[in-house]
Amino acid sequence: MLLEVKDLHVFYGAIHALQGVSFSIDEGEIVTLIGANGAGKSTTLKTISGLLRPRAGDVLLNGRSITTIAAEEIVRRGIIHVPEGRKIFAPLTVQENLEMGAFTRDNPDEIRQSMERVFKSFPRLKERLNQYGGTLSGGEQQMLAIGRGMMARPKVLLLDEPSMGLAPILVEEIFRIIQEINSQGVAILLVEQNALMALSVAHRGYVLETGRIVLQGSGQELLHDPQVIKAYLGGH
Amino acid sequence: MLQASPSPTSSLAARRPGARLAWIGQGFLLLLAAVVLYILITNFLKDPPLFIQVVLSGLQLGFVYALVALGYTMVYGIVRLINFAHGDVFMVGAFVSFYAVTRFQLHAWPAAVFPGLPAGWVVVIGSLTVVLLSMIVCMSMAVTIERVAYKPLRDAPRIAALITAIGVSFFLEFFGALYFVFSPRFIPYQRPFEVVTWYIKDGIHLVQVGQAPPPGSITFSNIFLIIVVASVLVRVVLQFLVRRTKIGKAMRATSFDKPTSRLMGINVDGVISVTFAVGAAFAGMGGVLYAIAYPSIWTQLGILPGLKAFVAAVLGGIGSIPGAFVGALIMGQAEALTMGYISTPMRDAVAFTILIVVLLVKPTGLFGEAAGEKA
Ligand SMILES: Nc1ncnc2c1ncn2[C@@H]1O[C@H](COP(=O)(O)OP(=O)(O)OP(=O)(O)O)[C@@H](O)[C@H]1O
Ligand SMILES: [Mg+2]
Repeated sequence: MLLEVKDLHVFYGAIHALQGVSFSIDEGEIVTLIGANGAGKSTTLKTISGLLRPRAGDVLLNGRSITTIAAEEIVRRGIIHVPEGRKIFAPLTVQENLEMGAFTRDNPDEIRQSMERVFKSFPRLKERLNQYGGTLSGGEQQMLAIGRGMMARPKVLLLDEPSMGLAPILVEEIFRIIQEINSQGVAILLVEQNALMALSVAHRGYVLETGRIVLQGSGQELLHDPQVIKAYLGGH
Repeated sequence: MLQASPSPTSSLAARRPGARLAWIGQGFLLLLAAVVLYILITNFLKDPPLFIQVVLSGLQLGFVYALVALGYTMVYGIVRLINFAHGDVFMVGAFVSFYAVTRFQLHAWPAAVFPGLPAGWVVVIGSLTVVLLSMIVCMSMAVTIERVAYKPLRDAPRIAALITAIGVSFFLEFFGALYFVFSPRFIPYQRPFEVVTWYIKDGIHLVQVGQAPPPGSITFSNIFLIIVVASVLVRVVLQFLVRRTKIGKAMRATSFDKPTSRLMGINVDGVISVTFAVGAAFAGMGGVLYAIAYPSIWTQLGILPGLKAFVAAVLGGIGSIPGAFVGALIMGQAEALTMGYISTPMRDAVAFTILIVVLLVKPTGLFGEAAGEKA
């Protein structure tokens, strides 16, 4: 297993946000985590990337625990977290935002190559290279957020609601690019509210409810699961 | 609020008591501005060379304040802390150079090591060494202060860190005042080089030792030039650092959003340390230059320049680097013009009047809208 999450318990003060979450991602997979607001999806990603510390449980990368390692070191190990709400550095230009994505890398030629690859996926970013991040539209910011994540050359990319607030045509574009990144050998953990799209592109999926995994299966299985249809696909 | 100029709705707004108060405030400010302008213009017309002389002394003060204000604003930008110990770091800079020069003759080392070196080079290299030493000591001290006193409080309410900063400030002042540390007294400061003064009247001439410059001339010294050049140089270097270097960009990212910066692999604690170090280095340099310009030192010499630099940073928009610089120059002018045309004891009162007015009228300062975001 590339990434394994074992029985995670995370607290915010007295709030028991994750109550024993376990799942895994293999090389080359797209795995999606779906669930209602407040289910604990973002908390799960923050715990994997080291922003939060679990009270119990373990996160393993290639079988080695990374649970106690600092967030900035986890980035170096290849787990890249694209946070909810884009979190673009507003006072930095598009180019500088991308450079920050490559903060852990040193070779300028390789960084330039990665940037070209990002521009191939998101040509719009190239046109706006010297514009401040804060002045981009919501869709452009999402492209920048994903592009910035790609700049780190991830082994595992954690995407937190990349389609949030985007027009339908842009949502499709983003999901197409997610599959494209995946086809280059990057494993993806995709957190989404848009369960239909997420399950369509995912190899496997997990359903999170109030801090617990309640259902799991392949993308297609979950798409046709009556419970999932009822709760997350606007049920018929 | 106060900038609201008469608009179609103003007659409506004027009926609300708040709006009427704002009107009175606006009128008062305009009146104040008119009075200040009147004083400046009449005095300029009365004696232009004297006026220019006053402005030059204001520039000298302003450029020193700028060196201190940069550290205030950078540290605020990155950890949202008014580091009240910053003025005392400035004081330590002055004292380190005092010991280096008076006790250890550090400024003369090039002459001792390279006997054949021309005297000019000895002075330049020796003085630079002294400044560099002060900067390094101040940097290490500020980084230590941050680690020991501020870092444990980073997630505590801001008031806790603020009170701690005031505590550190008192500690440095009164610990420094012990006999076996610095001294509780005023100490005459020995400059690492001699003062050279020029006067401007039909060209630039050297003022000979023991001779007064002719009446109606404008004088300036090598100290003035050094302060201006050093301060402008620091501004340029800082601009380069923040805009072009990887660590500078990481500073801007960190000051905007710490968790997301960590997701980039940025070591946020390291970036904060670097920010304190850079700010302290500038303050240390400022302390040495201040002591050279006003050569009598004691352990509380950093309080007023520190507070004025703080006001300068607020005036410019705290968190904004160009704001701190411009604010410091304005503070220098305000102080010099007050000394020149109102009265010397008023100099400090004016600084804090400016603080009050800024906080009332435009708390975000001149460059304030994007405080902490622009560089
Ligand atoms: N900083 C915090 N302090 C206290 N409680 C928090 C904090 N962050 C999240 N929570 C709580 O933890 C639970 C899980 O939150 P989380 O953000 O992980 O949900 P989510 O599944 O990402 O929801 P959404 O779809 O709305 O983003 C929620 O009940 C939330 O209120
Ligand atoms: Mg969330």
